[in-house]
Amino acid sequence: MRPLVLRGGRVIDPSRGLDQTTDLLLQDGKIAGIGTGLSAPEADVRDVTGKVVAPGLVDVHVHLREPGNEDEETVASGARAAVAGGFTAVCAMPNTDPVTDNQAAVGFIIRQSVRAGLARVYPIGAVSVGQKGEQLAEFGEMVGAGAVAVSDDGKPIVSGHLMRTALEYARTFDIPIADHCEEPTLAAGGVMHEGLVAARLGLKGIPAAAEEIMVARDIVLAELTGGRVHLCHMSTRGSVDLLRRAKERGSRVTAEVTPHHLALTDHACEDYDTHAKMNPPLREAADVAALRGALKDGVIDCIASDHAPHAYDEKDAAFDDAPFGVVGLETAFAVAYTELVQGGVLALPELVARMSTVPAQVFHLPGGTLTPGAPADVCVLDVAARWTVDAAHFHSKSRNTPFQGRALAGRPVLTIVAGRIVHDTEAAPAR
Amino acid sequence: MTATLGKDLVGLEHLSPEQIRLILDTAEPFKEVSERPIKKVPALRGKTIVNLFFEASTRTRISFEFAEKRLSADTVNVAATGSSVSKGENLVDTARNLEAMRIDMVVIRHPSSGAAQFLGKRIRSNVINAGDGKHEHPTQALLDLLTIRDKRGKIAGLKVCLVGDILHSRVARSNLWGLTKLGACVGVCGPSTLMPRGIEELGVTVFRRIEEAIEWADVLNVLRLQLERMEMGFIPSLREYYRVFGVTPERLERAPREIIIMHPGPMNRGVEIDSRVADGPHSVILDQVTNGVAVRMAVLYLLAGGRPELADAAQRDAGGMH
Repeated sequence: MRPLVLRGGRVIDPSRGLDQTTDLLLQDGKIAGIGTGLSAPEADVRDVTGKVVAPGLVDVHVHLREPGNEDEETVASGARAAVAGGFTAVCAMPNTDPVTDNQAAVGFIIRQSVRAGLARVYPIGAVSVGQKGEQLAEFGEMVGAGAVAVSDDGKPIVSGHLMRTALEYARTFDIPIADHCEEPTLAAGGVMHEGLVAARLGLKGIPAAAEEIMVARDIVLAELTGGRVHLCHMSTRGSVDLLRRAKERGSRVTAEVTPHHLALTDHACEDYDTHAKMNPPLREAADVAALRGALKDGVIDCIASDHAPHAYDEKDAAFDDAPFGVVGLETAFAVAYTELVQGGVLALPELVARMSTVPAQVFHLPGGTLTPGAPADVCVLDVAARWTVDAAHFHSKSRNTPFQGRALAGRPVLTIVAGRIVHDTEAAPAR
Repeated sequence: MTATLGKDLVGLEHLSPEQIRLILDTAEPFKEVSERPIKKVPALRGKTIVNLFFEASTRTRISFEFAEKRLSADTVNVAATGSSVSKGENLVDTARNLEAMRIDMVVIRHPSSGAAQFLGKRIRSNVINAGDGKHEHPTQALLDLLTIRDKRGKIAGLKVCLVGDILHSRVARSNLWGLTKLGACVGVCGPSTLMPRGIEELGVTVFRRIEEAIEWADVLNVLRLQLERMEMGFIPSLREYYRVFGVTPERLERAPREIIIMHPGPMNRGVEIDSRVADGPHSVILDQVTNGVAVRMAVLYLLAGGRPELADAAQRDAGGMH
């Protein structure tokens, strides 16, 4: 593989506070140097003047549906969607069929991702066998096979005892427990946020308290056990308050938020639009404002897409009957850039930190940095690009986006994993 | 008159006051059709209508069917309850099959909120919502409005209180929109467990006690208490519901003014309403049922493209001997 020089871009590396127009040299799969006028023998040179060069984006929460629902997504198609979205690493949730709850299943995901040769795919193992919420899965063997965290995502960890033992047991392996915070008796039967919109539509609501009760429990148990808890897809201002206080106390708790929870409210469910049905549900404007503030302050650590592909015909149903979830890998950066950077919430380097450097640190992944010697996982972003979301052009196998038809700014144009170009809008005709 | 209804009747939330008045005014001449020896006008002759009921219903289905037959439409009833196929799959496929059979109108009742709108967006035929989940039941509210207008001569300025399970009631939602749009003051009364959070923001007055509601209201619309609400833990017992929220003669005696008692049926006698009230002088419950046919005739007629000013003529021509 020939060395590659990215010439003349705005190089942003939040891991070192770097933000300057310069060159980046990639060689032997590693970051080889940053500085003006860099070159290497035989090197390909790519002029990226006017573009942003950043560490590849990292998504700690995606659903790739393989094994079990390969009609909706596969490891390969999900990894393709990832690199199209500027992501060089994604963490795959274990709610597959069968559940990714053992070392063989973890190894399968890794083999499929190596075969695809696109984004790095890090499996997340199940917390409990079969995600049944009863018996601990074999964390040690799964970590040995390549798992980077454990989660029962898709479902909450209902049992306080199981959550406690999982947090304690995970300490040996220093992996986070990623929890989907939802108190099941309060959320039962709910299909959207409990509020005035749900009352008008006659849909059963999921109260904010269903999330906040479990956020509070997890924080308490993290403090009790010294384990690392990572709270998935935060959606309410009450959760933000709990997290803020926990972080002030120094609790070992981290949290993520999705682009859709930062951009949309429950009004998106009007007209029974099933592409606005996800769990946790879209909340209210005050929640969106609190989540944005929390991301700015670091109370919420990172953005994760919760990419959740579903077949078109499953979403073509009455609201009650449609499954929860939306795809996000191919819109995450643009939605975040448009809403947060153009919206005046974050500076671009802060957004890169929340989508790359910090998530890599939270899950102890390589990447998220342009430090020489680090893996050459890089994305080039055209922040001047203006485009309109058309799900028909997605690389994902699924089309269930709430952003269809939305005009966005910012687009990943070149994605490099281990020094190899895996997505290039100039090579392939723009679709 | 310029108001029309559009293709479907999904709910009252998105209708204008003019559209609601149009339906009520169009219902007036149709009332008389049901009083004739030969209860039929040719307004919908040659039209085919499917009554698609995914949920059990006696009263609403029969009322629609009479309305259709008295307008000379050809009707088919499909009861699709208890299907082993999942509801969502059923609905998409049902829509496609109906479309393929070139029917003119569909009357749908479905347990999922939004089902009528879902169907309406996917087929060219007119769709009438006969109750979708907890969302709306527009023809029930229209017949309630017509009954109130008959009895009081107006709707604007009246105080109408909906009593009971507001949270799960499509009748409550449709009534709330219809009454508000026509200028009534709307109250709601029931256990807080059966009250949607934030309902005050819709401009209604919330009463926690039935005595306060009775003191306030000109009209009480007493909703049916679904018996499974007790099993789901929203109320402790039917006994206690009657004791705390039941509309009884003793409570009505303390009303400061003449009060109209309505109920969309079917009633749980001795739970939400005392038999002596249901059968008493304040009750207009059977007038509601009678008006239901006329209102549904009006909706069918208007959606089929009938012009309101011709409704009189249509029934005159057909009646002959009136």
